[in-house]
Amino acid sequence: MPTASAPARPQALPAGTPEPATLRLAATELTLFIREQIGPIWGLGLPVVLLVIFGSIPSFHHARESLGGQNLLDTYMPVLVALALALLGLSALPSILASYRERGILRRMSTTPIGPQRVLGAQLAIHLGMAIIATALVLGVGRTAYGAALPRQPAMYALVWLLAAVALLALGLLIAAIAPGPRVAQGIGSAIFFPLMFFAGLWVPIPTMPDVLRSVSGWTPLGAAVQSLSAATAGHGLDPVRLLVLAGYGLAFGTAAARLFRWE
Amino acid sequence: MTAVVEVRELRKSYGDTVAVRDVSLTVQRGEIFGIIGPNGAGKTTTVECIEGLRTPDRGQIRVLGLDPGRDHGELRQRMGVQLQDSQLPERLRVGEALRLFSSFYRAPVDWRALMELLGLTPKERTKFGKLSGGQRQRLSIALALVGNPEVVVLDELTTGLDPQARRDTWTLIEGVRDRGATIVLVTHFMEEAEWLCDRVAVIDSGRIVALDSPAALAAASDAPLRITFRPAAPLDDALLTALPEVTSLERRRGEVVVTGTGNVVTAVTSALASRGIVAGQLRVEQASLEDAFITLTAQR
Repeated sequence: MPTASAPARPQALPAGTPEPATLRLAATELTLFIREQIGPIWGLGLPVVLLVIFGSIPSFHHARESLGGQNLLDTYMPVLVALALALLGLSALPSILASYRERGILRRMSTTPIGPQRVLGAQLAIHLGMAIIATALVLGVGRTAYGAALPRQPAMYALVWLLAAVALLALGLLIAAIAPGPRVAQGIGSAIFFPLMFFAGLWVPIPTMPDVLRSVSGWTPLGAAVQSLSAATAGHGLDPVRLLVLAGYGLAFGTAAARLFRWE
Repeated sequence: MTAVVEVRELRKSYGDTVAVRDVSLTVQRGEIFGIIGPNGAGKTTTVECIEGLRTPDRGQIRVLGLDPGRDHGELRQRMGVQLQDSQLPERLRVGEALRLFSSFYRAPVDWRALMELLGLTPKERTKFGKLSGGQRQRLSIALALVGNPEVVVLDELTTGLDPQARRDTWTLIEGVRDRGATIVLVTHFMEEAEWLCDRVAVIDSGRIVALDSPAALAAASDAPLRITFRPAAPLDDALLTALPEVTSLERRRGEVVVTGTGNVVTAVTSALASRGIVAGQLRVEQASLEDAFITLTAQR
């Protein structure tokens, strides 16, 4: 057996400083999320850029009969909030999680005291936080720069928003659960994104949709969200069916994701 | 001696494929224990059961007296793991990864000192995606050690490392053992097992076919001795092939290669001396763990 020539044995390593793991994990995941750029650019940037474009068009400020006396900008405000939720939930979240699984990161985490669950938790918290920032930006910029209406029923608005955010993030988890890798996750996310955003009124505002489309819209997650957010903004009564629809989606997607999600 | 890892009658199959048929082994405290075997022999499945990543179909596993399935919370604090091919996020920096993993443990070692020890300090701010294969491997070893574990399970420790880095890593692992840790090592490098391991389990088709120190395994294999030399004067092959100890003789690039068993070294050297032929550049190669491995895993 070969001996000698080996360099000096390493001395005992000094003890390190313990740190709160959850905090460090959240900070690291947030750094990565920002470094990755996709989430911040699309989830935060796109809705605000659209808002600036819409707000700068004079005709968006004219009250319209077809929109029930509202102007187009106020009609679009909840749509932009829904857009932020859709981009974060359908695009950013599933591709990050699918890539973590594909690269064996979740599996590696299973061998540490932290476990993969907390990585998932950190990701959900980051996406939720980004969605809150995006919503605050849309409402804040819309109000200060373009005089858009703020919600008259803030508590109801917050409740609807939370139900919608949970439904979209749960859908993102479900996509991550069934997609084998980040590319497929991205593909499924886009395929779902367009119909959902259509029924949310991104291309045709919900109030101007033909009756059939409008009623279909009310049964889709983002359609129900936009209709309820609009009602809470205008101070109209909320349709409890829409809230149930949102809660139902959240529950269904969440349950399916929990059943199907694999760490490896 | 205390048993740190105890595996009894482990069995694990995936669908119809039996990955581990019947594996029992005990690793003592402070030991470097090697698991070697051909691809698909069940090495990785065995250590994955020890790590608690897989649930055995049958059998019992205790690591530090804990059940990897039930007590994984406590065990993960005290066990360091290097997985065969797990990666990190592309944009995570070396220093960030070490600091992150260090935060997972109650009593970690100083991650900066560990980074220095593994020669990763110049790469502290380099992102994982920009690291070379060897640097990734060293980082993955560092992450397995940062929690100051009592038991370390390393799967393919030095794959992707150049010879110098491999030697350095061996020294590092010996150092970790000298500080009291127990090490379970999956490898397919016989040289690595020979250098590092106190004992080696040879696994083939989901079973342990041999378990002993590398030297004892090599000695037990009846692989022949090989004598290579450059004769200083013309040599008649018959002089050596006539010897009962010699089984074969061939010439390669001006050298004579004699294989034989028993006292073949004495027989050959005295035969040469009797004719006054000096054997230049004489080398004798003994049976190695590699020979033992090939013999053990070939007989099916």
